[in-house]
Amino acid sequence: MCPGSATALASEGVAAAKPGQPPLVSLVGEVKGALDEQALAAPQGFDNQPDDEPLYEPRKKIHPQRVTGTFRRLKWALLIVGLFLYYFLPFLRWDRGPNAPHQAVLVDLDGGRFYFFFIEIWPQEVYYLTGLLIMAAMMLFLMNAIAGRVWCGYLCPQTVWTDLYIAIERWIEGDRRKRLQLEQQPWTFERAARAASKHFWWLLIAWWTGGAWVLYFADAPTLVKELATFQAPPIAYVFIGILTFTTYALAGWMREQVCVYMCPWPRIQAALTDEYALNVTYRYDRGEPRASLKKAAALHAKGQPAGDCIDCQQCLNVCPGGVDIRQGAGLGCIQCGLCIDACDAVMAKIGRPPRLIAYDTDLNIRNRQLGKPPVYRIVRMRTVLYAVIIVAIAALMTVTMATRRNNGVDVIHDRNPQFVRMSDGAVRNGYAVHILNKSLEARGFLLTVSGLADADIEVIGSEPRAGGEPVIEVGPDQSREVRVLVTTHENLEPGASIPLTFSVAASSGGPAATAADHFLGP
Amino acid sequence: MDGTKPQPGTPEARVGTTGHEWDGIHELNTPLPRWWLWLFYATIVWAIGYWIVYPAWPLLSSYSNGVLNWHSRSAVAADVAALQAQRGPLMARLAPASLKDIETTPELLDFARAVGRRAFADNCAPCHGAGGGGAKGYPNLTDDDWLWGGTLDDIAQTITHGVRSGDDQGRQGSMPAFGRDGMLKRDEIVAVADYVRSLSGLAATPGADLGRGAKIFADNCSACHGPQGKGNRALGAPNLTDKIWLYGPDTATVIDGVWNGHGGVMPAWGTKLDPVTIKALTVYVHTFGGGE
Repeated sequence: MCPGSATALASEGVAAAKPGQPPLVSLVGEVKGALDEQALAAPQGFDNQPDDEPLYEPRKKIHPQRVTGTFRRLKWALLIVGLFLYYFLPFLRWDRGPNAPHQAVLVDLDGGRFYFFFIEIWPQEVYYLTGLLIMAAMMLFLMNAIAGRVWCGYLCPQTVWTDLYIAIERWIEGDRRKRLQLEQQPWTFERAARAASKHFWWLLIAWWTGGAWVLYFADAPTLVKELATFQAPPIAYVFIGILTFTTYALAGWMREQVCVYMCPWPRIQAALTDEYALNVTYRYDRGEPRASLKKAAALHAKGQPAGDCIDCQQCLNVCPGGVDIRQGAGLGCIQCGLCIDACDAVMAKIGRPPRLIAYDTDLNIRNRQLGKPPVYRIVRMRTVLYAVIIVAIAALMTVTMATRRNNGVDVIHDRNPQFVRMSDGAVRNGYAVHILNKSLEARGFLLTVSGLADADIEVIGSEPRAGGEPVIEVGPDQSREVRVLVTTHENLEPGASIPLTFSVAASSGGPAATAADHFLGP
Repeated sequence: MDGTKPQPGTPEARVGTTGHEWDGIHELNTPLPRWWLWLFYATIVWAIGYWIVYPAWPLLSSYSNGVLNWHSRSAVAADVAALQAQRGPLMARLAPASLKDIETTPELLDFARAVGRRAFADNCAPCHGAGGGGAKGYPNLTDDDWLWGGTLDDIAQTITHGVRSGDDQGRQGSMPAFGRDGMLKRDEIVAVADYVRSLSGLAATPGADLGRGAKIFADNCSACHGPQGKGNRALGAPNLTDKIWLYGPDTATVIDGVWNGHGGVMPAWGTKLDPVTIKALTVYVHTFGGGE
């Protein structure tokens, strides 16, 4: 539903219509009829935009007002928990024995490992990251199907840091009214001092944000010490600088513009939503027509209808996106619910029931207008499907994680030469065999190659054991590449390609890892 | 339209026109977007900074050096130094170790093979192939047939001093051009070629006189290739009884070899590569699979 477009269409129709052309006029009439219908849904008209308006819209500075209530408390709680995790998680220790780092969450880029508590991921297992990303996407979709932009309003880092920055701003420069006054005043020393103080705190938080980021990529206590004594690797300072800048710029200066102009998710979620998704909604069935308390009393006395909305603008004043929710949830609305808190507070003061703005659907508003009961359908095809996909991927990942082996093998056949003729006529193939030891102790691995009946296996760099099988020693949590030569005296067909299986098992026992390759003949 | 003032509110009125007009269509004088303009200014400022910091302007006999005194040549030297520093500890262990010790110590072996792989790709692969598979006239290094010996020391000697390279200690020895220089007649060469092919079990040409070939072989070839044709590594004379042919086993190729002679050249790498790299290269070649 887009009332604005209907208006624009109507005016174009008028512009194009010339006298004596009934079809167009009747078209305009139809559109106008549709517009009347729309007026029900969108009480406040949308201005018609002339064609030659500039495409760039200058930013209107937003001064969100302080608000208290259920959703504000929920947001504070999520902010505290989220930021606490982000800032302090790198310092959490996790004992992995002598051959691995002791940081609970660590991305070891040099070593090519990702540590997450009891889980250690090798680069070969990056599909777990794929799984996590799919799950994350599905959770976003599920949240969106249940209650709209939950992510945007409560969990998105942009929202969380902006919230924190607005809180700092309010703490130093005062609430909305004060800030508006302050901006009208000349640059006195006090005003400058307050501004400097605000930016100092903003930068401090931004710097700490960048600082915490790099701690996920190295041993946190060591890196803190190095950073403090200017001995950390330059890349650490570079990334702290980058994140300081982005945090300061995005949360301090750009704020809602990030959501409106930069972020793709609002567009994606708009394409994913349906009529049953709960959204922060102004219940215009209850609110319209708006009237001040006095005017409402007068109207009631005359027996005329008056809505619950007293047009106090509180919902608009607290909005961090500068959105008037009474015009519908536009692109700028991140659905944080702060307008609900603001409106509830006003309703409580004037003794009217709360939730004039609430999580609801347009469908229910129309139902109530028609005297039908509202419909809430949390469980529906789409939410069930999303949940099933999330559970399925989580189950798949858990099962593969629980049953994964701590050894592995990859084989690459020599490309040049593909085979070698020996002086006695035998044929030899060479392979680079990569043996992965994912356990935290050094282990010996037995290599067996099956597929060729009459074959000599030689591993460069290993001593054959008494039994004849080569044993390859691989260090703790390491991989090792060895050269394996397979030679046969069998009479091979020209162009023969015989499938081989390389299997690698720890000499101490345990399941073998296998890899398939081929033996190529002349 | 001409001469009249543009309608207020139209783009013509807002940004003006350049005065150009075609059939009533005016060219708007829309200013550049501000972001574009600032970016353009920024690139100019950047360029000026670049002139100051980096070498930029050609002078009569030289060029402006830039305050950083940066040169691509010294940058390469710095990169090489950084690589050497990174490899340093293991290179230092490689230097005194004997070739045998390197092969029996897994850590050194892996490192030597890694260094050798790079050195081989840079220096040897153009002739011997990326994996040492060789080509016609360029020996295959992965098989067990060696002209000059396949032990670690033999390989190190060959790499360091080369083959017919002009180096004093280089491998010497050549196959004479028996036909071209008139030492053997045409039919004699055909007979000996048939005989040589038969040494490694290849089918002889119908009507070939192997007895005559054997006689010619004993008189002319056995001095270098040995009475049984098993070759002589001191002279680089190949073993003619095995299944491996440097130039190819077909009759025409063998005749051509006897007629024109052979004498492939390999440079003496000791003058180009440092001793530790040659060690690594030796181990790498030895572990292709044919090493003795």
